[in-house]
Amino acid sequence: MHQPDLAPLWITLRLAATTTAVLLCLGTPLAWWLARTRARGRVVVEALVALPLVLPPTVLGFYLLIALGPHGPIGGLTRALGGPTLAFTFTGLVIGSTLYSLPFAVQPLQRAFEAIGQRPLEAAATLGAGPMDRFFTVAVPLARNGFLSAMTLAFAHTVGEFGVVLMIGGNIPGRTQVLSVAIYDNVEALDYAAAHLWSAALLVFSFLVLTGVYSINRRLRTPGP
Amino acid sequence: MNGLQAELELEQDGFRLDMNLDVPGHGVTALFGRSGAGKTTLLRCLAGLEPRARGRIMVNGVCWQDSPQKLFMPSHRRALGYVFQDALLFPHLSVEGNLTYALRRASRDRRRLDSAEVVQWLGIAHLLHRSPERLSGGERQRVAIARALLTGPGVLLMDEPLAALDQIGKAQILPYLERLHEKLAIPVLYVSHAIDEVARLADTLILVEDGRCGAAGPLADMLSRLDLPLGHGAAAGAVVDTVVTSVDERFSLTYLDSPAGPITLPGHALAVGQRTRVRIAARDVSLMLAPPGATSVLNQFAATIVDMADDGPAQVMVKLDAGGALLLARITRKSQHQLGLAKGMAVHALVKSVALVG
Repeated sequence: MHQPDLAPLWITLRLAATTTAVLLCLGTPLAWWLARTRARGRVVVEALVALPLVLPPTVLGFYLLIALGPHGPIGGLTRALGGPTLAFTFTGLVIGSTLYSLPFAVQPLQRAFEAIGQRPLEAAATLGAGPMDRFFTVAVPLARNGFLSAMTLAFAHTVGEFGVVLMIGGNIPGRTQVLSVAIYDNVEALDYAAAHLWSAALLVFSFLVLTGVYSINRRLRTPGP
Repeated sequence: MNGLQAELELEQDGFRLDMNLDVPGHGVTALFGRSGAGKTTLLRCLAGLEPRARGRIMVNGVCWQDSPQKLFMPSHRRALGYVFQDALLFPHLSVEGNLTYALRRASRDRRRLDSAEVVQWLGIAHLLHRSPERLSGGERQRVAIARALLTGPGVLLMDEPLAALDQIGKAQILPYLERLHEKLAIPVLYVSHAIDEVARLADTLILVEDGRCGAAGPLADMLSRLDLPLGHGAAAGAVVDTVVTSVDERFSLTYLDSPAGPITLPGHALAVGQRTRVRIAARDVSLMLAPPGATSVLNQFAATIVDMADDGPAQVMVKLDAGGALLLARITRKSQHQLGLAKGMAVHALVKSVALVG
């Protein structure tokens, strides 16, 4: 057995870490808004956020490919600004993964914010804490488990994606080839040893992540000591 | 101008609040009324927690809200302390962390109370390192009161702080609340639907009914007003503020001085010089036209009848002025007739039982 090529592993980890960071920045305010707003548009936004749960990844990937490509709205914009088009690049992969994993970050956060309710924040307000202060000193610590769930699920889900990546990232070894796609390649090339190795690694990883998430959720439900 | 003046309107879920409130600049003012009368909603409006409330709020000369002028000071800028019914301590912080949270956010000119003193006063020094989840209900409320005070408020709003507690918890916390008068120079607005709590703690009483403020006045006056439901029924009674003059351990009695004259109270748990409030139930007061001879009743006062009103088909409630203290006597209409009682008559009131309030 030859030395396995580690590039897909690093690309996968870098993609998952970047996506998780981006989702934390975008998903937190979105979840906060969804948990507290009474606006009528809320259900529409909720549906949009949940869309990647039911949509075939190829559909999402297809539209993204069009949008990011040289004639799409986003690709056109980046080209007009003198940049490259984003299809078949790592940045393109991050955009795709962010959209694809959005519900996995937003939903646990939204549930955690809803569970806190309005009252601890009102108490903080009467103690002199302004809106941002209340958010960071009360809402975030009380939603700690929601944040942990959101981050692990977003990370793990990004590691496990295939369809979207294949559609918009192509399969460029060393640049956009992630593990799931590499496994597909190994099988096509009848390199079952490499496929076995990476498949087993992903299986164990996913199992460990889910065990972690469920034990966090369990601690969340049972009252502390 | 000291104190709190407010005119507020709010319509919410079919409930309409329309209140004119005038709270004196010192002492404990009780907002008393049934659940659902709008007491909590009123406190929330004052605290800025109901952004849809319209009207004006002035506190100690500072304008908190003036809707016509589009002025709405957000909650965190209002110099208030709020004690919630269920304490609402932050579960992710220790008791000390909860107190520090308030202290850090109190602007410097608002820090009027020394934190060590507040901690000692409320008896929570031994709880500082505990998690709020490991406190009893009474301890939780004491921490909540300390936390509210450490913001250095100009007014303290308390929303039924005893309602969620059992009898033991209430007994634990009431002595601390009684010291609010002596410890705090700021007005306290105390919401309650329990008249015994109000009788024990309040200086001023405001009745709240169906989203409106009703009659208001000093506690003793309000409890003896015959035009209000408070001054009627078997539970009616007056409160008198007294000072302990001496203690008789042999007979286990305490002697008190009151505007009505000396009062004898069973038990000897109080210290000489201590201020205490006693309650005299209307049904325990009998009236005589002449001073009684030898009697087993220790407490008797010379009084003048100031008002009378029927109290049910058989009884009459008589309001008495005894040296400035207001008393109620619930007697039968037949006795009233036989004695020929009328307003302005001098009588002797015999009080069968006096109790400490609470």
